[in-house]
Amino acid sequence: MKLIIATIKPFKLEEVREALTTIGVRGMMVTEIKGFGSQSGHTEIYRGAEYAVNFVPKVKLEIVVPDAMTDQVVATIAKTAKTDKIGDGKIFVLDVESALRVRTGEMNDDAI
Amino acid sequence: MQLTRPKPYLATGLRAGLLAGLSTLSALPAWAQDAAGPIRAPDVAAMAGMVDKGDTAWMLVSSALVLMMSIPALALFYGGLVRTKNMLSLLMQVFMIVSIVAVIWVLYGYSLAFTAGSPYIGGLSKAFLAGVSTGTFSATFSNNVYIPEYSFVIFQMTFACITPALIVGAFAERVKFWPLMLFVVGWVTLAYFPIAHMVWYWSGPDFLPDNPTDYGLLWGMGALDFAGGTVVHINAGIAGLVGCIVIGKRVGFNKEPMPPHSLTMTMIGASLLWVGWFGFNAGSNLESNGLTALAFLNTFIATAAAALAWSVLEQVFHGRPSLLGAATGAVAGLVAITPASGFASPMGAMMLGFVVSPVCYLFVSKVKAALGYDDSLDVFGVHCVGGIIGALGTAIVADPSMGGQGWLDYTQFPAVAGTYDMAAQLITQFKAVAVTLIWSGVVSGVLFTVIKLVFGLRPTVEEERQGLDQVSHGESAYNM
Repeated sequence: MKLIIATIKPFKLEEVREALTTIGVRGMMVTEIKGFGSQSGHTEIYRGAEYAVNFVPKVKLEIVVPDAMTDQVVATIAKTAKTDKIGDGKIFVLDVESALRVRTGEMNDDAI
Repeated sequence: MQLTRPKPYLATGLRAGLLAGLSTLSALPAWAQDAAGPIRAPDVAAMAGMVDKGDTAWMLVSSALVLMMSIPALALFYGGLVRTKNMLSLLMQVFMIVSIVAVIWVLYGYSLAFTAGSPYIGGLSKAFLAGVSTGTFSATFSNNVYIPEYSFVIFQMTFACITPALIVGAFAERVKFWPLMLFVVGWVTLAYFPIAHMVWYWSGPDFLPDNPTDYGLLWGMGALDFAGGTVVHINAGIAGLVGCIVIGKRVGFNKEPMPPHSLTMTMIGASLLWVGWFGFNAGSNLESNGLTALAFLNTFIATAAAALAWSVLEQVFHGRPSLLGAATGAVAGLVAITPASGFASPMGAMMLGFVVSPVCYLFVSKVKAALGYDDSLDVFGVHCVGGIIGALGTAIVADPSMGGQGWLDYTQFPAVAGTYDMAAQLITQFKAVAVTLIWSGVVSGVLFTVIKLVFGLRPTVEEERQGLDQVSHGESAYNM
C-alpha cells in the first residue's frame, strides 16, 4: 500500500476527485492548507499598508491505494491538476505499513 | 469676541415663517396669529404652544439613528478591521463606552454642556437632570420654535456617547479595558463637555438679543459647526492620535501582517454609519423642515462623492479599487460634510466630498507611514484630518455666493440674515479648529499619561499576542 500526498490548486479539487473516482479510487482525505513552494506569494494592500501574503492556499489530498494502483493514481492527479502555470502543486508517495477498517476489522488492501 | 457675529445658523423655517409673512402662518402656533409678531423671551407656558409634533418625532427618530451609529455601526466598522483575536474587544469597548457616557450624561454631562456658566463650560444647575421635565423646552434655530427639553437631552446624549467611542480605533488591539474606560470618563468630562459647550451652547434665538453674551466661546466667535465637525470628529481624532502615541505601537507593527479580519463587517458598519449619519446631520437642525432635508441630501451626496473619489484614487495608484477604500472614503465624506451639512448647497457638498478623500488618502497611506505612528484604524487620518477639511471647507461652501446658506444674525429680534465674509469666516474656522486641537490634545495627553503611570494602559506582550478577547474578556468573538 502506498500513501499518496498531493497538493493541488483548490479550484482543481472537484476535477481531480472525479477523475480518481473514475479509475476506481474509493476514498480520500482532503485538507485546506497554506504553504509555499516555487510560487511566490502575493501582496495585499489595506489603506496603503502592504502585506506580503507568503503562504498560498492549497488543497492537500491524502489517498491510500494498493501498490498496483499507485502509478495510475499519480498520473491521473498529475494530468488533471496540471494548468502549466506556477503553483500547480506536488505529489509525494510513501509506504504504508498497515490499514484497518474500524467497522469490520478488515486489514490492509481489504480495508481501503 | 465678536458680538456682532454670533453663530450664524440659518433657519429656513424662521425665514419663511417670520420674514416672508403670511404664507406660512398655518405653520405658526395659534397664539402667534393673534400677536403682532414673534414673542421675545417667551415664558414656559408660551413655549408649550411653540412645539411641533413633527419636530419632536424627528428628533426622537434622529436620536435612535445616532445611537445606531455607535452600536452596532462603529463597533462593526472597527471590529472588522482588527484581527480575529481582538474583534470582541472592540465591540465591547464601544458598547461599554456608550453605556458609561449615557449614565454620565444624565448625571452631570448635559448640565456641563448645556447650561449657562463660563464661555468654556456650563454649570451644574441641571445635574441629575434637575429642573428638566416634560414641561420644559429647548430652543431651536428659529424664533419661537421649541422642542421638548427631554428630546434635546436624548439627541445630544447620543453624540456624547459616540464621540469617545471613535477614539478607541486609534489604539485598537493593545489597550487595557478598565483603564480605557477611566480615560473615557475623564475625557468626556474635561474635553467633550467643554468643547460641546463652547461650540453649541447659546441661550437661543428668542433670548440672545437680551443676553448678548450668553453663549460658549466658539459659538460667540461665530464658528460654523452644524453637526459636530469640531466637537465630535476633530475632538476625538486628536485624542486618538495622542493616545496611540502615548500607548505605543502594536507588537509586531510593520513586521507582521495585520490585515482586517472581516471586511464584510466593516462594510456593514460603514453602511449603517451612513444611514445613522442622516440622524446626526439632518437631526442637528433640531426641526423638521426644508433645511433638514438639505442637510440630509448634503450628507448623502458628499459621502457618495468621497467614496467614489477614494476608489478612483486607488484605481490610479494601485490598479484596483478596494472595498475598504470605498468604505473609508465614505466615512471621510461623512466626517467632512458634518460641519457643513446645513450650510452647503448640494453641489458644495459634492465638492467637499471630492476634496476630502484625496487629503485623507494621503494621510492614511503616506503621512502615517512616514511619521511611523501606529494609528491602528486611522482615527486621526480620517476623523481629525477629514474634520479639519470639513471645518475649513464649511467657510467656503456656506458662502451664499457659492450657493450656501450663509448665517443668521441672532442678536437681532427676529433674526436677520448676516453679511457673509468668506475670508473672515475661514479665519474663524481656523481658530475653532485650533482651540479644539489644543484643548483636546492637552487633556488627552495628560489623562493618558497619568492613567499610564498609575494603572498602566497596555497589556503585556504575551497578552497582546494572545489577543484582547481572551485576555480582557475571557471570550472569543467566534467559536467555530
